[in-house]
Amino acid sequence: MTAFEINNVNLFYSDFQALHDVNLKVNKHEITAFIGPSGCGKSTLLRALNRMNDLIDGCRVEGEVLLNGVDIYKEMDVNVLRKRVGMVFQKPNPFPMSVYDNIAYGPRVHGIKSKPQLNEIVERCLRDAAIWDEVKDRLKKSALSLSGGQQQRLCIARSLAVQPDVLLMDEPTSALDPISTAKIEELVIQLKKQYTVVIVTHNMQQATRISDNTGFFLMGEMIEYGKTSDIFSVPSDKRTEDYITGRFG
Amino acid sequence: MSSKRKIINILNHARVYFGIGVSLAILLSILLLIIINGIQSLSFEFVFSLSAPRGFSLMPMIINTFIIVIFALVIALPLGIGAAIYLNEYAKPNSNVVKVVRACIVTLSGIPSIIYGLFGFLFYVIALGWTWSLRAGIFTVSIMILPILIRSTEDALRAIPVSYRMGSYALGAGKFHTIRKVVVPAAINGILASVILSIGRVVGETAALLLTAGTLLDMPQNLSSSGATLSVFMYLITVEHGDMQRAYATALVLMTFVLGLNLLANFIARKLKKV
Ligand SMILES: Nc1ncnc2c1ncn2[C@@H]1O[C@H](COP(=O)(O)OP(=O)(O)OP(=O)(O)O)[C@@H](O)[C@H]1O
Ligand SMILES: [Mg+2]
Repeated sequence: MTAFEINNVNLFYSDFQALHDVNLKVNKHEITAFIGPSGCGKSTLLRALNRMNDLIDGCRVEGEVLLNGVDIYKEMDVNVLRKRVGMVFQKPNPFPMSVYDNIAYGPRVHGIKSKPQLNEIVERCLRDAAIWDEVKDRLKKSALSLSGGQQQRLCIARSLAVQPDVLLMDEPTSALDPISTAKIEELVIQLKKQYTVVIVTHNMQQATRISDNTGFFLMGEMIEYGKTSDIFSVPSDKRTEDYITGRFG
Repeated sequence: MSSKRKIINILNHARVYFGIGVSLAILLSILLLIIINGIQSLSFEFVFSLSAPRGFSLMPMIINTFIIVIFALVIALPLGIGAAIYLNEYAKPNSNVVKVVRACIVTLSGIPSIIYGLFGFLFYVIALGWTWSLRAGIFTVSIMILPILIRSTEDALRAIPVSYRMGSYALGAGKFHTIRKVVVPAAINGILASVILSIGRVVGETAALLLTAGTLLDMPQNLSSSGATLSVFMYLITVEHGDMQRAYATALVLMTFVLGLNLLANFIARKLKKV
Protein backbone atom coordinates (compact mmCIF):
# COMPACT_ATOMS: atom_id res chain seq x y z
CA MET A 1 0.00 0.00 0.00
CA THR A 2 1.39 3.34 -1.05
CA ALA A 3 0.85 6.60 0.82
CA PHE A 4 2.92 8.94 -1.32
CA GLU A 5 3.87 8.47 -4.90
CA ILE A 6 6.42 10.99 -6.08
CA ASN A 7 6.76 11.13 -9.86
CA ASN A 8 9.46 13.08 -11.70
CA VAL A 9 9.58 15.89 -9.19
CA ASN A 10 11.77 18.86 -10.02
CA LEU A 11 11.85 21.70 -7.55
CA PHE A 12 13.24 25.19 -8.03
CA TYR A 13 14.03 28.02 -5.65
CA SER A 14 13.82 30.83 -8.22
CA ASP A 15 16.64 29.86 -10.61
CA PHE A 16 18.27 27.27 -8.40
CA GLN A 17 17.15 23.69 -8.97
CA ALA A 18 17.10 21.93 -5.60
CA LEU A 19 15.54 18.61 -6.70
CA HIS A 20 16.22 16.72 -9.92
CA ASP A 21 13.73 14.16 -11.21
CA VAL A 22 12.92 12.51 -7.92
CA ASN A 23 10.84 9.31 -8.08
CA LEU A 24 9.89 7.26 -5.09
CA LYS A 25 7.02 5.56 -3.27
CA VAL A 26 6.38 5.88 0.44
CA ASN A 27 4.67 2.81 1.85
CA LYS A 28 1.87 2.99 4.37
CA HIS A 29 2.59 2.02 7.96
CA GLU A 30 6.29 2.00 7.36
CA ILE A 31 9.05 4.36 8.33
CA THR A 32 10.89 5.91 5.43
CA ALA A 33 14.17 7.71 6.08
CA PHE A 34 15.86 10.31 3.89
CA ILE A 35 19.61 10.53 4.34
CA GLY A 36 22.34 12.46 2.60
CA PRO A 37 24.87 15.22 3.14
CA SER A 38 23.85 18.71 4.18
CA GLY A 39 22.19 20.72 1.43
CA CYS A 40 21.26 17.71 -0.71
CA GLY A 41 17.55 18.54 -0.59
CA LYS A 42 16.11 16.24 2.10
CA SER A 43 14.18 18.99 3.86
CA THR A 44 13.13 20.40 0.52
CA LEU A 45 11.61 17.08 -0.54
CA LEU A 46 9.95 16.65 2.84
CA ARG A 47 8.39 20.10 2.61
CA ALA A 48 7.16 19.26 -0.88
CA LEU A 49 5.02 16.53 0.69
CA ASN A 50 2.88 18.91 2.76
CA ARG A 51 3.42 21.91 0.53
CA MET A 52 5.24 23.94 3.14
CA ASN A 53 7.34 25.12 0.19
CA ASP A 54 4.30 27.11 -0.91
CA LEU A 55 5.28 29.59 1.80
CA ILE A 56 8.67 30.23 0.24
CA ASP A 57 8.74 33.01 -2.34
CA GLY A 58 9.89 31.86 -5.75
CA CYS A 59 9.61 28.15 -5.01
CA ARG A 60 8.20 26.11 -7.91
CA VAL A 61 7.41 22.41 -8.17
CA GLU A 62 7.16 20.35 -11.36
CA GLY A 63 6.03 16.76 -11.63
CA GLU A 64 3.42 15.17 -9.42
CA VAL A 65 3.04 14.10 -5.82
CA LEU A 66 0.15 11.74 -5.19
CA LEU A 67 -1.29 11.03 -1.76
CA ASN A 68 -3.46 7.91 -1.95
CA GLY A 69 -3.62 8.51 -5.68
CA VAL A 70 -4.71 12.14 -5.45
CA ASP A 71 -2.47 14.91 -6.78
CA ILE A 72 -1.74 17.13 -3.76
CA TYR A 73 -0.81 20.13 -5.91
CA LYS A 74 -3.74 20.04 -8.30
CA GLU A 75 -6.62 18.28 -6.62
CA MET A 76 -6.35 19.02 -2.92
CA ASP A 77 -6.91 22.02 -0.67
CA VAL A 78 -3.64 22.85 1.04
CA ASN A 79 -5.15 22.97 4.53
CA VAL A 80 -6.84 19.62 4.04
CA LEU A 81 -3.52 18.21 2.87
CA ARG A 82 -1.70 19.54 5.93
CA LYS A 83 -4.34 18.10 8.21
CA ARG A 84 -3.67 14.71 6.68
CA VAL A 85 0.10 15.12 6.53
CA GLY A 86 1.50 16.41 9.81
CA MET A 87 4.96 17.82 10.32
CA VAL A 88 7.44 17.84 13.19
CA PHE A 89 10.29 20.31 12.91
CA GLN A 90 13.96 20.13 13.69
CA LYS A 91 13.74 22.56 16.59
CA PRO A 92 10.79 21.91 18.93
CA ASN A 93 8.32 24.74 18.32
CA PRO A 94 5.47 24.54 20.82
CA PHE A 95 3.19 27.58 20.76
CA PRO A 96 3.52 29.95 23.71
CA MET A 97 0.35 28.57 25.29
CA SER A 98 -0.53 25.91 27.80
CA VAL A 99 0.25 22.26 27.14
CA TYR A 100 -3.47 21.64 26.76
CA ASP A 101 -4.02 24.46 24.28
CA ASN A 102 -1.07 23.33 22.20
CA ILE A 103 -2.65 19.94 21.63
CA ALA A 104 -6.17 21.33 21.26
CA TYR A 105 -5.00 23.91 18.71
CA GLY A 106 -5.21 21.64 15.67
CA PRO A 107 -8.60 20.08 16.51
CA ARG A 108 -9.98 23.58 17.20
CA VAL A 109 -8.70 24.76 13.82
CA HIS A 110 -10.70 21.97 12.25
CA GLY A 111 -13.87 22.84 14.11
CA ILE A 112 -13.94 20.67 17.23
CA LYS A 113 -15.34 22.75 20.07
CA SER A 114 -16.81 20.32 22.56
CA LYS A 115 -14.85 20.31 25.80
CA PRO A 116 -15.19 16.57 26.59
CA GLN A 117 -14.12 15.68 23.08
CA LEU A 118 -11.08 17.98 23.32
CA ASN A 119 -10.20 16.52 26.72
CA GLU A 120 -10.30 13.07 25.23
CA ILE A 121 -8.11 14.05 22.26
CA VAL A 122 -5.56 15.81 24.46
CA GLU A 123 -5.17 12.83 26.75
CA ARG A 124 -5.03 10.28 23.94
CA CYS A 125 -2.44 12.20 21.93
CA LEU A 126 -0.25 12.89 24.94
CA ARG A 127 -0.39 9.18 25.77
CA ASP A 128 0.40 8.22 22.18
CA ALA A 129 3.39 10.56 22.26
CA ALA A 130 4.59 8.96 25.51
CA ILE A 131 4.52 12.19 27.47
CA TRP A 132 1.23 11.98 29.34
CA ASP A 133 2.72 10.88 32.65
CA GLU A 134 5.17 13.76 32.61
CA VAL A 135 2.64 16.51 31.90
CA LYS A 136 -0.70 15.27 33.19
CA ASP A 137 -0.40 17.47 36.29
CA ARG A 138 0.64 20.56 34.38
CA LEU A 139 -1.73 20.69 31.43
CA LYS A 140 -2.51 24.33 32.21
CA LYS A 141 1.16 25.30 32.47
CA SER A 142 2.99 26.95 29.60
CA ALA A 143 4.43 24.49 27.12
CA LEU A 144 7.59 26.59 27.04
CA SER A 145 8.40 25.45 30.58
CA LEU A 146 8.99 21.87 29.38
CA SER A 147 12.45 20.49 28.58
CA GLY A 148 13.58 20.30 24.96
CA GLY A 149 12.86 16.59 24.70
CA GLN A 150 9.44 17.00 26.27
CA GLN A 151 8.70 19.90 23.95
CA GLN A 152 9.52 17.74 20.94
CA ARG A 153 7.23 14.95 22.12
CA LEU A 154 4.58 17.60 22.77
CA CYS A 155 4.98 18.76 19.17
CA ILE A 156 4.55 15.17 18.01
CA ALA A 157 1.40 14.91 20.13
CA ARG A 158 0.21 18.18 18.63
CA SER A 159 0.58 16.75 15.13
CA LEU A 160 -1.25 13.58 16.09
CA ALA A 161 -4.19 15.59 17.41
CA VAL A 162 -5.55 16.30 13.93
CA GLN A 163 -5.45 12.57 13.11
CA PRO A 164 -3.06 12.71 10.19
CA ASP A 165 -2.33 9.73 7.94
CA VAL A 166 1.31 10.65 7.52
CA LEU A 167 3.82 12.27 9.84
CA LEU A 168 6.80 14.12 8.35
CA MET A 169 9.75 14.60 10.68
CA ASP A 170 12.72 16.79 9.80
CA GLU A 171 15.66 15.76 11.97
CA PRO A 172 13.38 15.64 15.01
CA THR A 173 16.13 14.60 17.41
CA SER A 174 19.06 16.68 16.23
CA ALA A 175 18.49 19.27 18.96
CA LEU A 176 18.07 16.69 21.73
CA ASP A 177 20.20 14.75 24.19
CA PRO A 178 20.72 10.96 23.77
CA ILE A 179 18.06 9.97 26.30
CA SER A 180 15.37 12.15 24.74
CA THR A 181 16.49 10.88 21.35
CA ALA A 182 16.07 7.27 22.44
CA LYS A 183 12.59 8.06 23.74
CA ILE A 184 11.56 9.66 20.49
CA GLU A 185 12.97 6.81 18.40
CA GLU A 186 11.00 4.33 20.47
CA LEU A 187 7.95 6.51 20.04
CA VAL A 188 8.34 6.71 16.28
CA ILE A 189 8.51 2.92 16.07
CA GLN A 190 5.27 2.73 18.07
CA LEU A 191 3.64 5.30 15.81
CA LYS A 192 4.04 3.31 12.63
CA LYS A 193 1.22 0.99 13.68
CA GLN A 194 -1.19 3.84 13.12
CA TYR A 195 0.69 6.27 10.94
CA THR A 196 3.03 6.44 8.01
CA VAL A 197 6.28 8.18 8.96
CA VAL A 198 8.80 9.96 6.76
CA ILE A 199 11.88 11.06 8.66
CA VAL A 200 14.94 13.06 7.66
CA THR A 201 18.02 12.23 9.64
CA HIS A 202 21.75 12.87 9.66
CA ASN A 203 22.24 10.03 12.03
CA MET A 204 22.97 6.81 10.15
CA GLN A 205 22.46 4.64 13.23
CA GLN A 206 19.10 6.24 13.70
CA ALA A 207 18.09 5.36 10.16
CA THR A 208 19.13 1.72 10.63
CA ARG A 209 17.47 1.50 14.03
CA ILE A 210 14.06 2.76 13.09
CA SER A 211 13.43 2.88 9.36
CA ASP A 212 12.08 0.26 6.98
CA ASN A 213 13.12 2.05 3.82
CA THR A 214 15.87 4.52 3.14
CA GLY A 215 16.44 7.01 0.36
CA PHE A 216 19.92 8.39 -0.19
CA PHE A 217 20.19 11.87 -1.73
CA LEU A 218 23.07 13.75 -3.22
CA MET A 219 22.93 17.26 -4.66
CA GLY A 220 19.21 17.18 -5.29
CA GLU A 221 19.17 13.72 -6.84
CA MET A 222 17.89 10.54 -5.35
CA ILE A 223 20.77 8.16 -5.75
CA GLU A 224 19.32 5.06 -4.24
CA TYR A 225 16.12 3.96 -2.56
CA GLY A 226 15.26 0.61 -1.02
CA LYS A 227 14.96 -1.50 2.10
CA THR A 228 17.05 -0.01 4.87
CA SER A 229 18.74 -3.34 5.52
CA ASP A 230 19.78 -3.55 1.87
CA ILE A 231 20.95 0.02 1.57
CA PHE A 232 23.19 -0.30 4.58
CA SER A 233 24.53 -3.79 3.86
CA VAL A 234 24.64 -4.07 0.09
CA PRO A 235 24.34 -0.58 -1.41
CA SER A 236 24.18 -0.79 -5.17
CA ASP A 237 25.70 2.62 -5.82
CA LYS A 238 29.30 3.48 -5.04
CA ARG A 239 28.31 6.93 -3.78
CA THR A 240 25.86 5.46 -1.27
CA GLU A 241 28.54 3.16 -0.02
CA ASP A 242 31.00 6.03 0.34
CA TYR A 243 28.47 8.04 2.29
CA ILE A 244 27.35 5.35 4.71
CA THR A 245 30.89 4.24 5.38
CA GLY A 246 31.67 7.83 6.23
CA ARG A 247 34.02 8.58 3.36
CA PHE A 248 32.30 11.89 2.66
CA GLY A 249 29.33 13.98 3.73
CA MET B 1 43.14 39.30 39.83
CA SER B 2 45.78 41.99 39.47
CA SER B 3 45.38 45.07 41.60
CA LYS B 4 44.92 47.21 38.51
CA ARG B 5 42.00 45.07 37.32
CA LYS B 6 40.57 45.21 40.80
CA ILE B 7 40.59 48.97 40.84
CA ILE B 8 39.02 49.16 37.40
CA ASN B 9 36.39 46.73 38.55
CA ILE B 10 35.57 48.79 41.60
CA LEU B 11 35.44 51.96 39.52
CA ASN B 12 33.07 50.31 37.05
CA HIS B 13 30.80 49.21 39.83
CA ALA B 14 30.89 52.65 41.34
CA ARG B 15 29.93 54.16 38.02
CA VAL B 16 26.96 51.83 37.61
CA TYR B 17 25.75 52.40 41.15
CA PHE B 18 26.20 56.14 40.78
CA GLY B 19 24.05 56.09 37.64
CA ILE B 20 21.35 54.04 39.28
CA GLY B 21 21.53 56.18 42.41
CA VAL B 22 21.14 59.47 40.56
CA SER B 23 18.20 58.27 38.44
CA LEU B 24 16.48 56.79 41.47
CA ALA B 25 17.07 59.93 43.50
CA ILE B 26 15.58 62.15 40.80
CA LEU B 27 12.56 59.89 40.37
CA LEU B 28 12.00 59.59 44.10
CA SER B 29 12.32 63.29 44.77
CA ILE B 30 9.73 64.07 42.09
CA LEU B 31 7.39 61.47 43.51
CA LEU B 32 7.95 62.64 47.08
CA LEU B 33 7.52 66.29 46.16
CA ILE B 34 4.17 65.52 44.56
CA ILE B 35 2.98 63.13 47.23
CA ILE B 36 3.95 65.34 50.18
CA ASN B 37 2.58 68.53 48.66
CA GLY B 38 -0.37 66.87 47.08
CA ILE B 39 -1.58 65.00 50.12
CA GLN B 40 -1.83 68.21 52.17
CA SER B 41 -4.45 69.74 49.94
CA LEU B 42 -6.10 66.52 48.91
CA SER B 43 -9.54 65.89 50.29
CA PHE B 44 -12.42 63.62 49.51
CA GLU B 45 -14.40 66.68 48.42
CA PHE B 46 -11.72 67.88 46.06
CA VAL B 47 -11.60 64.55 44.23
CA PHE B 48 -15.14 63.23 44.31
CA SER B 49 -17.58 66.05 45.07
CA LEU B 50 -20.35 66.53 42.53
CA SER B 51 -21.59 69.80 44.01
CA ALA B 52 -18.39 71.73 44.69
CA PRO B 53 -17.99 75.03 42.83
CA ARG B 54 -16.29 75.00 39.45
CA GLY B 55 -12.62 74.02 39.73
CA PHE B 56 -12.90 72.75 43.30
CA SER B 57 -13.76 69.18 42.37
CA LEU B 58 -11.71 67.05 40.02
CA MET B 59 -14.62 64.77 39.18
CA PRO B 60 -15.51 66.45 35.85
CA MET B 61 -11.85 66.37 34.79
CA ILE B 62 -11.45 62.73 35.82
CA ILE B 63 -14.49 61.81 33.77
CA ASN B 64 -13.34 63.88 30.79
CA THR B 65 -9.91 62.27 30.89
CA PHE B 66 -11.40 58.82 31.17
CA ILE B 67 -13.78 59.40 28.26
CA ILE B 68 -11.04 60.76 26.03
CA VAL B 69 -8.61 57.95 26.83
CA ILE B 70 -11.15 55.17 26.38
CA PHE B 71 -12.73 56.49 23.19
CA ALA B 72 -9.36 57.34 21.67
CA LEU B 73 -8.20 53.77 22.33
CA VAL B 74 -11.44 52.33 20.99
CA ILE B 75 -10.85 54.24 17.75
CA ALA B 76 -7.09 53.98 17.42
CA LEU B 77 -6.37 50.50 18.77
CA PRO B 78 -8.22 48.45 16.12
CA LEU B 79 -6.90 50.75 13.39
CA GLY B 80 -3.37 50.59 14.74
CA ILE B 81 -3.33 46.83 15.22
CA GLY B 82 -5.02 46.31 11.86
CA ALA B 83 -2.49 48.53 10.11
CA ALA B 84 0.42 46.80 11.85
CA ILE B 85 -0.91 43.38 10.90
CA TYR B 86 -1.37 44.48 7.32
CA LEU B 87 2.10 45.98 7.08
CA ASN B 88 3.85 43.10 8.78
CA GLU B 89 1.89 40.09 7.58
CA TYR B 90 0.12 40.87 4.34
CA ALA B 91 1.86 43.67 2.47
CA LYS B 92 4.81 42.70 0.29
CA PRO B 93 7.86 43.67 2.31
CA ASN B 94 9.84 46.45 0.64
CA SER B 95 7.05 47.33 -1.75
CA ASN B 96 6.78 51.03 -2.45
CA VAL B 97 3.43 51.37 -0.70
CA VAL B 98 4.89 49.93 2.49
CA LYS B 99 7.94 52.17 2.26
CA VAL B 100 5.78 55.28 1.89
CA VAL B 101 3.43 54.24 4.70
CA ARG B 102 6.35 53.49 7.03
CA ALA B 103 7.97 56.83 6.26
CA CYS B 104 4.67 58.56 7.05
CA ILE B 105 4.32 56.73 10.33
CA VAL B 106 7.82 57.60 11.45
CA THR B 107 7.27 61.24 10.51
CA LEU B 108 3.90 61.36 12.24
CA SER B 109 5.30 59.99 15.47
CA GLY B 110 7.88 62.75 15.54
CA ILE B 111 5.47 65.64 15.10
CA PRO B 112 5.01 67.84 18.19
CA SER B 113 1.57 67.49 19.69
CA ILE B 114 0.70 71.14 19.25
CA ILE B 115 0.69 70.54 15.50
CA TYR B 116 -1.90 67.81 15.97
CA GLY B 117 -3.77 70.30 18.14
CA LEU B 118 -3.67 72.90 15.43
CA PHE B 119 -4.91 70.40 12.87
CA GLY B 120 -7.71 69.26 15.19
CA PHE B 121 -8.68 72.83 15.86
CA LEU B 122 -8.79 73.81 12.18
CA PHE B 123 -10.41 70.60 10.99
CA TYR B 124 -12.76 69.32 13.68
CA VAL B 125 -13.47 72.46 15.68
CA ILE B 126 -13.73 74.96 12.81
CA ALA B 127 -14.24 73.14 9.50
CA LEU B 128 -16.56 70.43 10.78
CA GLY B 129 -18.11 72.89 13.22
CA TRP B 130 -17.78 70.57 16.21
CA THR B 131 -16.65 73.51 18.38
CA TRP B 132 -14.51 72.74 21.42
CA SER B 133 -15.73 69.33 22.37
CA LEU B 134 -14.72 65.97 23.77
CA ARG B 135 -15.19 64.39 20.37
CA ALA B 136 -12.87 66.88 18.71
CA GLY B 137 -10.35 66.02 21.41
CA ILE B 138 -10.91 62.29 21.01
CA PHE B 139 -10.40 62.31 17.26
CA THR B 140 -7.33 64.50 17.57
CA VAL B 141 -5.55 62.33 20.11
CA SER B 142 -6.60 59.18 18.24
CA ILE B 143 -4.56 60.35 15.27
CA MET B 144 -1.77 61.30 17.62
CA ILE B 145 -1.42 57.86 19.19
CA LEU B 146 -1.93 55.91 15.98
CA PRO B 147 1.76 55.97 14.96
CA ILE B 148 2.82 54.78 18.43
CA LEU B 149 0.37 51.90 18.28
CA ILE B 150 1.33 50.88 14.76
CA ARG B 151 5.05 51.01 15.35
CA SER B 152 5.16 49.11 18.60
CA THR B 153 2.60 46.54 17.46
CA GLU B 154 4.69 45.99 14.35
CA ASP B 155 7.79 45.52 16.49
CA ALA B 156 5.91 43.03 18.63
CA LEU B 157 4.69 41.08 15.58
CA ARG B 158 8.12 41.03 14.02
CA ALA B 159 9.54 39.52 17.19
CA ILE B 160 7.30 36.44 16.92
CA PRO B 161 9.41 33.55 15.62
CA VAL B 162 8.59 32.14 12.18
CA SER B 163 8.57 28.69 13.76
CA TYR B 164 5.26 29.47 15.52
CA ARG B 165 3.67 30.32 12.21
CA MET B 166 5.13 27.23 10.56
CA GLY B 167 3.78 25.08 13.38
CA SER B 168 0.33 26.49 12.83
CA TYR B 169 0.37 26.20 9.05
CA ALA B 170 1.62 22.61 9.33
CA LEU B 171 -1.54 21.76 11.27
CA GLY B 172 -3.70 22.97 8.42
CA ALA B 173 -4.53 26.40 9.83
CA GLY B 174 -5.02 29.26 7.39
CA LYS B 175 -3.12 32.52 7.48
CA PHE B 176 -5.84 34.56 9.16
CA HIS B 177 -6.40 31.92 11.83
CA THR B 178 -2.67 31.69 12.46
CA ILE B 179 -2.39 35.43 12.92
CA ARG B 180 -5.44 35.62 15.16
CA LYS B 181 -4.78 32.62 17.36
CA VAL B 182 -1.00 32.35 17.47
CA VAL B 183 0.78 35.50 16.33
CA VAL B 184 -1.33 38.22 17.95
CA PRO B 185 -1.70 36.42 21.31
CA ALA B 186 2.05 35.84 21.38
CA ALA B 187 2.54 39.55 20.72
CA ILE B 188 0.04 40.67 23.32
CA ASN B 189 2.68 41.93 25.76
CA GLY B 190 4.20 44.17 23.14
CA ILE B 191 0.78 45.43 22.14
CA LEU B 192 0.00 46.10 25.78
CA ALA B 193 3.18 48.12 26.11
CA SER B 194 2.04 50.28 23.22
CA VAL B 195 -1.38 50.73 24.83
CA ILE B 196 0.23 51.86 28.08
CA LEU B 197 2.47 54.23 26.18
CA SER B 198 -0.57 55.65 24.41
CA ILE B 199 -2.51 56.07 27.63
CA GLY B 200 0.42 57.98 29.08
CA ARG B 201 0.59 60.14 25.99
CA VAL B 202 -3.13 61.02 26.09
CA VAL B 203 -3.36 61.56 29.82
CA GLY B 204 -0.29 63.79 29.75
CA GLU B 205 -1.42 65.76 26.72
CA THR B 206 -2.21 69.44 27.14
CA ALA B 207 -1.37 71.36 23.99
CA ALA B 208 -3.47 69.29 21.58
CA LEU B 209 -6.44 69.04 23.93
CA LEU B 210 -6.42 72.67 24.98
CA LEU B 211 -7.06 73.53 21.32
CA THR B 212 -9.69 70.87 20.65
CA ALA B 213 -11.47 69.66 23.78
CA GLY B 214 -11.41 73.09 25.36
CA THR B 215 -11.20 74.19 28.95
CA LEU B 216 -14.67 73.85 30.44
CA LEU B 217 -14.54 72.66 34.06
CA ASP B 218 -18.11 71.31 34.23
CA MET B 219 -19.47 67.79 34.10
CA PRO B 220 -19.72 66.76 30.43
CA GLN B 221 -23.26 66.27 29.15
CA ASN B 222 -22.29 64.35 26.01
CA LEU B 223 -19.43 64.03 23.55
CA SER B 224 -20.09 67.48 22.12
CA SER B 225 -19.53 69.14 25.47
CA SER B 226 -16.27 70.95 25.92
CA GLY B 227 -14.24 69.57 28.80
CA ALA B 228 -10.81 69.93 30.36
CA THR B 229 -8.78 66.84 31.21
CA LEU B 230 -6.72 66.59 34.39
CA SER B 231 -3.58 67.76 32.61
CA VAL B 232 -5.34 70.69 30.98
CA PHE B 233 -6.81 71.60 34.35
CA MET B 234 -3.36 71.50 35.92
CA TYR B 235 -2.08 73.80 33.25
CA LEU B 236 -4.95 76.20 33.79
CA ILE B 237 -4.68 76.48 37.54
CA THR B 238 -0.90 76.69 37.52
CA VAL B 239 -0.57 79.25 34.76
CA GLU B 240 -3.79 81.21 35.12
CA HIS B 241 -4.48 80.96 38.83
CA GLY B 242 -1.01 80.24 40.21
CA ASP B 243 -2.71 77.90 42.67
CA MET B 244 0.09 75.43 43.43
CA GLN B 245 -1.80 73.60 46.14
CA ARG B 246 -4.57 72.46 43.83
CA ALA B 247 -1.98 71.75 41.13
CA TYR B 248 -0.10 69.35 43.40
CA ALA B 249 -3.27 67.61 44.49
CA THR B 250 -4.28 67.24 40.85
CA ALA B 251 -0.86 65.87 39.99
CA LEU B 252 -1.25 63.22 42.67
CA VAL B 253 -4.67 62.21 41.33
CA LEU B 254 -3.26 62.19 37.79
CA MET B 255 -0.50 59.80 38.79
CA THR B 256 -2.92 57.50 40.56
CA PHE B 257 -5.17 57.65 37.52
CA VAL B 258 -2.39 56.58 35.13
CA LEU B 259 -1.38 53.79 37.49
CA GLY B 260 -4.98 52.59 37.64
CA LEU B 261 -5.38 52.61 33.86
CA ASN B 262 -2.12 50.71 33.39
CA LEU B 263 -3.21 48.06 35.86
CA LEU B 264 -6.51 47.80 34.04
CA ALA B 265 -4.75 47.39 30.67
CA ASN B 266 -2.51 44.74 32.21
CA PHE B 267 -5.49 42.88 33.60
CA ILE B 268 -7.32 42.91 30.26
CA ALA B 269 -4.22 41.72 28.41
CA ARG B 270 -3.82 38.83 30.80
CA LYS B 271 -7.47 37.86 30.31
CA LEU B 272 -7.05 38.04 26.53
CA LYS B 273 -3.95 35.90 26.64
CA LYS B 274 -5.90 33.09 28.27
CA VAL B 275 -8.30 32.53 25.36
N1 LIG C 1 14.23 28.91 1.06
C1 LIG C 1 15.22 28.61 0.22
N2 LIG C 1 15.55 29.47 -0.77
C2 LIG C 1 16.55 29.17 -1.63
N3 LIG C 1 17.29 28.07 -1.58
C3 LIG C 1 17.02 27.17 -0.61
C4 LIG C 1 15.97 27.39 0.33
N4 LIG C 1 15.94 26.34 1.18
C5 LIG C 1 16.90 25.51 0.76
N5 LIG C 1 17.56 25.99 -0.31
C6 LIG C 1 18.66 25.34 -1.03
O1 LIG C 1 18.21 24.09 -1.48
C7 LIG C 1 19.19 23.10 -1.28
C8 LIG C 1 18.62 21.97 -0.44
O2 LIG C 1 18.33 22.48 0.86
P1 LIG C 1 17.67 21.59 2.00
O3 LIG C 1 17.38 22.48 3.14
O4 LIG C 1 16.55 20.83 1.42
O5 LIG C 1 18.88 20.59 2.34
P2 LIG C 1 18.93 19.47 3.47
O6 LIG C 1 19.29 18.22 2.76
O7 LIG C 1 17.74 19.48 4.30
O8 LIG C 1 20.18 19.95 4.31
P3 LIG C 1 20.44 19.82 5.88
O9 LIG C 1 20.82 18.41 6.10
O10 LIG C 1 21.57 20.76 6.12
O11 LIG C 1 19.18 20.21 6.58
C9 LIG C 1 20.37 23.79 -0.62
O12 LIG C 1 21.33 24.05 -1.63
C10 LIG C 1 19.81 25.05 -0.09
O13 LIG C 1 20.77 26.07 -0.12
MG1 LIG D 1 17.30 19.98 6.35
